[in-house]
Amino acid sequence: MSKNVLRIDNVTMQFGGVVAVDNLNLEINEGEIVALIGPNGAGKTTAFNVVTGVYQPTNGAVWFNDEKIIENHPRGKMKKMYKGECAGAYTKTIAPTPDKITKKGMARTFQNIRLWKSQTVFDNVLIAKHCRAHSNLFSAAFRLNWKEEAKQREEVLELLKIVGLEDVKDELATSLPYGKQRRLEIARALAAEPTLLLLDEPAAGMNPQETDELTAFIGEIRDRFNLTIFLIEHHMNLVMGISDRIYVLDFGKLIAEGTPAEIQNNQRVIDAYLGVAEDA
Amino acid sequence: MMKKRTDLKTIILGIILIAVLAVISVGLEGVAKNVKGLSIMMAVMKKGTVYALLAVSMNLLNGFTGLFSLGQAGFMLVGAYTYAILSIPVAKRAGVYQYYDGGIVNFSVPEIFSGFLGDTLGPVIGMLLTLLICGLLAAVLGWLIGLPALRLKSDYLAIATLGFAEIMRTFIQYEAFAPLTNGSNTLRQYPTFKHLYPYVIVVGLCILFIVLLVNSTYGRAFKAIRDDEIAAEAMGIDLAKHKMLAFVTSSFFAGLGGGLMAMYMSSVQAKGFTSAMTYEILLMVVIGGIGSISGSIIAAFLFIGCSEWWLRFLDDSANNIAGMKLLAPGFRMVVFSVVIMIIVLFFRRGLMGDKELPDLFRRKGKKRGKEVVGE
Amino acid sequence: MADIFQACLNSLLPGISVGGQYALIALGYTMVYGILRLINFAHGDIFTVAGFVMFYAVTAMPVYLAIPFTIVITVLLGFSVERLAYKPLRSAPRMSVMISAIGVSYLLQNLMWYLTGGQPQQYPVIPWISDNIQVFGMETKRVTVITPILTFVLVILLVTLIKKTRIGMAMRAASRDFETARLMGIKINSVISVTFVIGSFLAAVGSFLFFSNYSTVSPTVGTMPGLKAFVAAVFGGIGSIPGAVVGGFLIGICENIIRALGYSTFSDAFTFALLILVLCLKPTGLFGEKMEEKV
Repeated sequence: MSKNVLRIDNVTMQFGGVVAVDNLNLEINEGEIVALIGPNGAGKTTAFNVVTGVYQPTNGAVWFNDEKIIENHPRGKMKKMYKGECAGAYTKTIAPTPDKITKKGMARTFQNIRLWKSQTVFDNVLIAKHCRAHSNLFSAAFRLNWKEEAKQREEVLELLKIVGLEDVKDELATSLPYGKQRRLEIARALAAEPTLLLLDEPAAGMNPQETDELTAFIGEIRDRFNLTIFLIEHHMNLVMGISDRIYVLDFGKLIAEGTPAEIQNNQRVIDAYLGVAEDA
Repeated sequence: MMKKRTDLKTIILGIILIAVLAVISVGLEGVAKNVKGLSIMMAVMKKGTVYALLAVSMNLLNGFTGLFSLGQAGFMLVGAYTYAILSIPVAKRAGVYQYYDGGIVNFSVPEIFSGFLGDTLGPVIGMLLTLLICGLLAAVLGWLIGLPALRLKSDYLAIATLGFAEIMRTFIQYEAFAPLTNGSNTLRQYPTFKHLYPYVIVVGLCILFIVLLVNSTYGRAFKAIRDDEIAAEAMGIDLAKHKMLAFVTSSFFAGLGGGLMAMYMSSVQAKGFTSAMTYEILLMVVIGGIGSISGSIIAAFLFIGCSEWWLRFLDDSANNIAGMKLLAPGFRMVVFSVVIMIIVLFFRRGLMGDKELPDLFRRKGKKRGKEVVGE
Repeated sequence: MADIFQACLNSLLPGISVGGQYALIALGYTMVYGILRLINFAHGDIFTVAGFVMFYAVTAMPVYLAIPFTIVITVLLGFSVERLAYKPLRSAPRMSVMISAIGVSYLLQNLMWYLTGGQPQQYPVIPWISDNIQVFGMETKRVTVITPILTFVLVILLVTLIKKTRIGMAMRAASRDFETARLMGIKINSVISVTFVIGSFLAAVGSFLFFSNYSTVSPTVGTMPGLKAFVAAVFGGIGSIPGAVVGGFLIGICENIIRALGYSTFSDAFTFALLILVLCLKPTGLFGEKMEEKV
């Protein structure tokens, strides 16, 4: 059995009265491609946001490379509600900001593309390298870091070649067509040198041909950069074609887990997507 | 390897440019001395130079990092007072602090330096060092203010920094601190740069530093925060740290600029450093183009030139044509603010947008390249 | 005991009065912010213009005509500022609109300076409200007592307008979600105009009360009360009408208590310190709604 890269431990995320993620448990091993699927509003992106530190979970912990990176336990009134499930398990609050988590080796893309609009393609990727730079404000301003800077520029160029955006490197990021913007987001995430890559609906809005290309591309970068990949996706072709394992969320709850073949034949999953007969 | 060469080129070119400008300013001064009516030009050049630094430092924060701060006048106030307090000659303190027995500061930094470096070099080194202290104090203050204020978002940050500037003004005028700050009385008789070129050199070096910073990896991180904070944080940019860096750097240069302003004005009084001063600098940044350093510099000179010099005839009622009563004191500022409103409304990107002067020369070549690609 | 009561009353009554004036100005800020998410920096100057208009109006007409005349001019000014300086920037980034507001403020101040010669002018005495009266054995102007009452009446009218009328419903919709309101067929431009008209009207009323107390008008006199009223609006939670009123009164009272304690230098600084404290502890003010960006 290979090493455990990400472990989500009893994570619950509540917004007021809405339980977006309900007691989620999930594990991802090194080198795997794991997909998180589920109908709209099932809490997939919320789970991503918890893992990457955007939201602090209401309850639960997240482990990354056997290190506990996020932990929270409910207080006061909430504590009563969770007593049965977490008594004594969580004692501390660990709530790093997203940048700290990225520095540990996790990088993500966004569902609604969030590129830096006034920057060129090249700079978008180069900025993501900033978190790996060792210079301080003065050494950077006086260009004492020129060796590091030159190395980073070369790496960025290399990366752009791999994702096939080399010829548009001086264009503004927002002037690219949609599919290329998605690729650029992946390139930008890769520039942060992650070991775990989180992709939030990488194929959203793509046509079948683009989706097939993307499927191949994701496998390719996994092998080239020794990545573990965790992705949210609605395109079943992509998910079934690429995933080693799949988790299915519905209304915040995990309803199934298994290989693509198992998931395809799972009655609860089919119900969740198509609706149960009595409801219809 | 290539990168190293271009970077060194920027630094060397910048220093050469500053040297050339300093020589030109010496020449201009010579001309102004001999031509009647040009003495106002030297005053405008000095003030414009100081404001160029103030506008660029504000642009670093508002334009490049996207932090809408209105605390500029407060940091300038601290810089100006620091400069005055630390450099008034000891012999003149009794006169300046006439109500407070000569105040509690009993030394003058430029005088200390003239003690062991001689009377020609000493005071200059002392004055430059005092300016540095102005910046450093403002930076420390910026750090203290940034701790609570930088947690606030856009408009709230603007109001909080505006509030801090007002608080500083009140404290400096407070009677209990009067032995240090002379209360609400003016501070004067401190040494100043008599000529234009020292202003040009000091401001030039400061702006060169900001240019280098903006084009460094930190500058790119600032721009990423401006464009999309959430993406920046997700890509490993520590928001709190980088916002603080930008804020403190901007405060430093605002403080230093305040020191230079004290020199230019040759007397300082806290009540002049109102929010209106911040607004003026903000308008310069907007006219020049938010996110363009060369734009801010050009706008600062245009702004000062218009408000102090070129539009002056509008204030003179003797210039009225055929009995019209339009031209009167104050009309200059009305025309000027109408021009500003037109720029704000219809030329929203300002003179330069987010381009720099060299970009304008480079664009021609690029366009040709684009046509070949067929974009 | 009677002395302490008297001392408290001495600072409380003017505090409530100034507070009412701040509240009236703050309403203009808060309503505009609620809909446009814009800090209308020019609002304090509109308030000052109202003071000047009144000063010149009484030289040409009797007071009972001068008051409505001033209100009409102020409202027209507020309306045209919105149409000329803010409407063209409707789709621009928020910072541009805020800068435009600062520009308008700069223009109005310079314009007032030019037209009036920059000299502080003696505000006309409005009969009846400027009369001296005795309240609990204390000599004061009648305006001190009228201000809080008038403020409450106006606020109740305003709340009724917003809660019960069609235009009020449109305003609520626009402040909840500007874009959707527009898509749902609400004439957003007229809603915004009405907001500015109401805000300017309240500023004009506030100026009668404020200057009757303060007695001199100069081009920059409105800056400080304007800023303080804005602080009041933020303090109460910007966008919230009861918040602005509570904030206005609180700041007015605190300020006068500080003056009474002998720290009048710090009364302005205190206001801002209070603001920063509130922003850090509860960034959206006392009654403000929390807004989060979706990731």
